[in-house]
Amino acid sequence: MAAKSGIIAILTGLTLVSCFTGVSSLSGDGLWLLFYSRLPRTAAALLAGASLAVAGVIMQMLSRNKFVEPSTAGTAQAAAFGLVVITLLAPGAALWAKMGAATVTALIGTAGFLALVRRLPPHDPMLVPLTGIVYGGIIGAATTFLAYERDLLQYLDIWINGEFSGVMLGRYEFLWIAGILAGVAYLYADRFTIVGLGEDAAKSLGLNHKQAMITGLSIVAVISAVTTVSIGMIPFVGLVVPNIVARIYGENLRQTLPIVAASGAGLVLACDILGRVIRYPFEIPVGTILGVIGAAAFLWILHGRARHG
Amino acid sequence: MIEVRNLAVAFDGTKILRNMTLSLPKGKLTGIVGPNGAGKSTLLTAMGRLTPIHSGEILFDGFPIGDIATASLAKRLSIFRQSTPITPRLSVRDLISFGRYPHTQGRPTGADLLIIEQAIARLDLSEFADRYLDTLSGGQRQRALLGMVLAQTGDVVLLDEPLNNLDITHARTVMRVAREEIEMGRTVAIVLHDLSIAANHCDHVIALKDGQLHSSGKPEYVLTNEGLSDLYNTKVDVAEIEGRRVILTV
Repeated sequence: MAAKSGIIAILTGLTLVSCFTGVSSLSGDGLWLLFYSRLPRTAAALLAGASLAVAGVIMQMLSRNKFVEPSTAGTAQAAAFGLVVITLLAPGAALWAKMGAATVTALIGTAGFLALVRRLPPHDPMLVPLTGIVYGGIIGAATTFLAYERDLLQYLDIWINGEFSGVMLGRYEFLWIAGILAGVAYLYADRFTIVGLGEDAAKSLGLNHKQAMITGLSIVAVISAVTTVSIGMIPFVGLVVPNIVARIYGENLRQTLPIVAASGAGLVLACDILGRVIRYPFEIPVGTILGVIGAAAFLWILHGRARHG
Repeated sequence: MIEVRNLAVAFDGTKILRNMTLSLPKGKLTGIVGPNGAGKSTLLTAMGRLTPIHSGEILFDGFPIGDIATASLAKRLSIFRQSTPITPRLSVRDLISFGRYPHTQGRPTGADLLIIEQAIARLDLSEFADRYLDTLSGGQRQRALLGMVLAQTGDVVLLDEPLNNLDITHARTVMRVAREEIEMGRTVAIVLHDLSIAANHCDHVIALKDGQLHSSGKPEYVLTNEGLSDLYNTKVDVAEIEGRRVILTV
């Protein structure tokens, strides 16, 4: 319980800091700035962080591998591919249509990844993320090629490099869908943990394995699509947060999913604040900050795993 | 309880089991023995509806097992399998608690918690109950997984080589637990390699060879010099020491 109040205190502190961190001061038009920019930006970071961390832990249960998350399983790349395609086919499409297209391709891309992973030999867990990275790389390359051919590279850059500086009231609200889905995932917490025990164990316990897989996949795909469309890809959150939480609290999702969500929210918001102050008054995108911090944390996790066998 | 009729199971066109007709006697401890590759695990997983059937049928209480909804079958039949490694980082108690899932759907009552604690105690896991599985030895993890199967309280309990990786003390524990299950009115089938254990603990023995039923019946009729020598294609002697039958393989 001490952990719970600690996490809440940290999140509250970060929220306050986030509201007061930026180039313009809150004096003068402060209230306007607070409501139109700072609060939405803070909410966006919290929602994206929480939902991406949850998406990561779901992916890890579905693929039964600790080193998988939407950005290393082709999910995020497939969402970006869908965005490029819909932008080419219907340049004026509404945001929800883009979101829909990105969700569909993210779903197909992730299902493709899981089908691929099932064929891998089970004894080498590192093959799974490596396959995912190559698979995501291929989809990413196809996306880049398509965007390059049709002069859409600038758009692509926005979707690939996640950042929050463009977030304003009225331009981030789709992220609430991701946040709500992270909450819905909690209702399925037991089922996802059981899927993590393996298909046979799940069947023996009377779980509808296929239905649980499809539910998990859909949640992951929508979260990835919504975050990619709204703010761009944010790497490593879904990988690093669940692994660290698992080290301390285990992986019984019914108990740990709220901790995963809160830690993801805190990590992304902290990285966004860091990005705002490191080269003040300029900003460093949160995706870049997390790329550095996340990669370091990932290496540390791998190192620890190698040591413990 | 479970009846197998003319069962055939095939993988990639090769038949693993053929013409198999047998039954697990209700309320009895049945040992399944036979050489490697005889189809023991396949038979067990087919009865546990984890392996698809090619032809023939498996009846559970008179109904084809494939026709019973997965969720309701899970309340009545539990199966322990060797092959599945557990990837999520769960404590022993967490894992065993999932054995109650078919009954509780994640909302355990006091009675469920009692069953979970009993399963922990029956398998000598009390001192590890709050440890994570990845900090335990292979044998300890295996007992935790057996605990989950026990907590499921199925009328039929199928155990695939539960004694592998276990030292003699814990092998005895598992056989004692299997006997307790029989005393509670359950039907238990257990794949065994140790023929002496089969001879002394089981009420009924099913011997498989080359995917077919070789022999079945009471242990003293199946586990004989001639029967075993023919089953394993090697000379096997049965001796009796202090009233216990010992199968000599050396």
